[in-house]
Amino acid sequence: MGGIKAVWQRYSELDTKGKMVWWGDFLIKNAIYIIILALVAYVQWFSIANNFTNQFLSLGSMIDIINRASSSMFLALGVGGIIVLTGTDLSAGRIMGLMAVVSASLLQNPVDIFPAKMFPNLDPPPIIMVMILVMMIGGVIGMFNGFFVSTFKLHPFIVTLSTMIILNGVVLWYVRMNGGGPIAGLTPEYGQFVRGTVDLFGTPVPHFVFFAIAATAIMWFVWNKTTLGKNMYAVGANAEAANVSGVSVKATTIMIFGIAGVLYGFSGFVEAARIGSNGPTTGVMAELDAIAACVIGGVSFTGGVGKIRGIVTGVILLQVISVALQWLGVSSDVRLIITGTIILTAVALDMRKYQAKK
Amino acid sequence: MQNLLEIRNVSKAFPGVKALDDVSVSVRAGTIHSLMGENGAGKSTLMKCLFGIYSADSGEFVLEGKKVSFVNSKQALEHGVSMVHQELNQVHTRSVMENIWLGRFPSGLLGIDHGKMYRDTLAIFKDLNIAVDPRAVISTLSVSQRQMVEIAKAVSHDSKILVFDEPTSSLSDVEVEHLFRIIFSLRDRGCGIIYISHKMNEILKISDDVTVLRDGRHVATTPAAELTIDTIITQMVGRELSNVYPPKANVPGDVLLKVEGLTATYRNLRDVSFELRKGEILGVAGLMGAGRTEMLESLFGLATVKSGKIFKGGAEIHNTGPRRAKRNGFAMLTEERRATGIFGVLNIRENTTIANIKKYLVKRLYLSSKSMSDDTVWSIGKFRVKTHSQFAKINTLSGGNQQKVIIGRWVLTNPDIYLFDEPTRGIDVGAKYEIYQLMIDLAKEGKAIVMVSSELPELLGVCDRILVMSNGRLAGTVDSSAGQEDIMMLAAKYV
Repeated sequence: MGGIKAVWQRYSELDTKGKMVWWGDFLIKNAIYIIILALVAYVQWFSIANNFTNQFLSLGSMIDIINRASSSMFLALGVGGIIVLTGTDLSAGRIMGLMAVVSASLLQNPVDIFPAKMFPNLDPPPIIMVMILVMMIGGVIGMFNGFFVSTFKLHPFIVTLSTMIILNGVVLWYVRMNGGGPIAGLTPEYGQFVRGTVDLFGTPVPHFVFFAIAATAIMWFVWNKTTLGKNMYAVGANAEAANVSGVSVKATTIMIFGIAGVLYGFSGFVEAARIGSNGPTTGVMAELDAIAACVIGGVSFTGGVGKIRGIVTGVILLQVISVALQWLGVSSDVRLIITGTIILTAVALDMRKYQAKK
Repeated sequence: MQNLLEIRNVSKAFPGVKALDDVSVSVRAGTIHSLMGENGAGKSTLMKCLFGIYSADSGEFVLEGKKVSFVNSKQALEHGVSMVHQELNQVHTRSVMENIWLGRFPSGLLGIDHGKMYRDTLAIFKDLNIAVDPRAVISTLSVSQRQMVEIAKAVSHDSKILVFDEPTSSLSDVEVEHLFRIIFSLRDRGCGIIYISHKMNEILKISDDVTVLRDGRHVATTPAAELTIDTIITQMVGRELSNVYPPKANVPGDVLLKVEGLTATYRNLRDVSFELRKGEILGVAGLMGAGRTEMLESLFGLATVKSGKIFKGGAEIHNTGPRRAKRNGFAMLTEERRATGIFGVLNIRENTTIANIKKYLVKRLYLSSKSMSDDTVWSIGKFRVKTHSQFAKINTLSGGNQQKVIIGRWVLTNPDIYLFDEPTRGIDVGAKYEIYQLMIDLAKEGKAIVMVSSELPELLGVCDRILVMSNGRLAGTVDSSAGQEDIMMLAAKYV
């Protein structure tokens, strides 16, 4: 704890004005955490004061937060890389939604158990095959985005806006083939594969939490330990300089968009089984939550800056806000208003630590 | 004569650094007062305090006998103090006149009066002898023309004090002469000019007084007539630099690169042929737009080549892009360090290893932090980069140190041919010397170097031979014993 001692030493040497400046800096640097801590403390106080049977700071709500965070982690990990490249991805939620309905339609129970089966004559293929299929399709769509961004020098906003609209049409068309009804009645094996639990310290933890942990670890490796990751940071920081240094801006962009697509595909595969009943609204606006998580986690829109650690923090914080507000019994409309306000305030305060003091 | 501006006992400290320590400077009306010093000596900080970008810890600024304290450059402008910045802050997509009158457009009942704006702008341009169309869009102008627009803007504010920060660093000699004529006419009207530059010849030529700063302290203010380049260097460095250029220790050997009839598709470069030897430093001189940068970019695959052949060691090569060029043993240091050289938000290690990143792969799978760290530490030590850590962001380094990091980046790829475009631009005297030394050391190891520069003394001091380009063509080749006049004559050959 020498670090704290040294900080205390320096702090105690400051005069009154200096101490106030120190506290100001401290508050700004940790604004996001302070807001969240205040929220958590308030909810905890609220649950005690109102004699709730469960308290907010309990294993149950922690598990709840971790489960929710895990399901939204894949999208954030994918879109994070694209933001590091100074881009954004509006098609993420639609790719995920399409892959969710595709996964669900392929893995439904036979007609004698579930009469509304979309492809009545199809024997469910192996789960792993479906998983790989949707990851591949997602990857191809992502690379399609990346190809247009890098080859025609279009802003990712425009490219992914277009693919979002196209995919929205594709999803509606696909679901219409099912008569417009929800795609449900998934095989128990599929449900078990995603939602089945493992007991950890006496608490059931669903499989998809481990998937999220694995995806996070893999993406950490890609970002920090591969040439692709280093090239991604370089292209995001200064694409011209990267080109001069012999980095292929085009290949890097296509690969990062492709990897993001793979993650969206996998996310759709997980989400289909997690929800159980899928339709055209699955994954709608999910990209916005993912982008918000990245921004809260310090992934900069100016490019070249961002860490996996930050994305994980952002995803979890977003879920803490959401769960805490539910706990307070805030209605869903008001919840959106408060969530938006908290994101704006937190990020505005957080930005100040990156701005040069003048 | 009354002092137009007095800077009295200004001090400014940043955490850990005393950037300015009790600095006083007086600028007389109708004179040019030059400010010199190495990078980090405090010139920019002093100007930023004057314009209210920083607030000074102590001291005061007195303008025409009245104490002033500006909170931003707009207020300074309103009081007749203006600055022509090194990086021009202009709205690129709008017209010249809109840039000049931005924030105070003349307006009538029908909104903005474009006719008046045009006439007023034209009047100022005529007065200053500037030939630019007020309706032209800024992004279509050359750097020199954009600078003229900035000066016109200052004049339109009726400025009494004009600060020029490195105004000539990207101008050709003809453009520099034009700029000086404008500066002289401003001086003759009674303006006080503060002129910041690294170029000693210029300073001696145009200044009335020269103030030298070192490590945030005022060293001396001397009439320019009493100064020589040597005395200025002594004041700046605090010791005598025996030579501005290191001794030439490299010996050119066999021909390594042969270029025949190089012609670019979209750029002004026609039929350039030359040979480059191992261990040779080949200079490239010429005016702005003579095709020097274009030649390097064509060699490195950054510009599309229409025709011509490149032979390396007798075999023909095709550098169709930077990746091919890198594989063929080329390295390139670009002219615009910030735009195409550094990765500002990334740290020194990332900036050092990026061009050579595949070398650090273990089992073609993952990158070894240790070998990246080792190479970065080696590069920092070898090229004497001043930094506390390899994890410092490259943005926080001075221009000279950034340049050394980029040179280190390329040296790690172990190329045979280095293409250096204006390697010492915006770098202080001490760091320049180190970069010359570094180039000579590379040449001594048998590397071949092509160096583009706008500073003739530098080319004559470091290079073995000098190609002179003129309007996209090769005008001739001279050796290092040539005079500056010979080069100027050749440079004007095809203009």
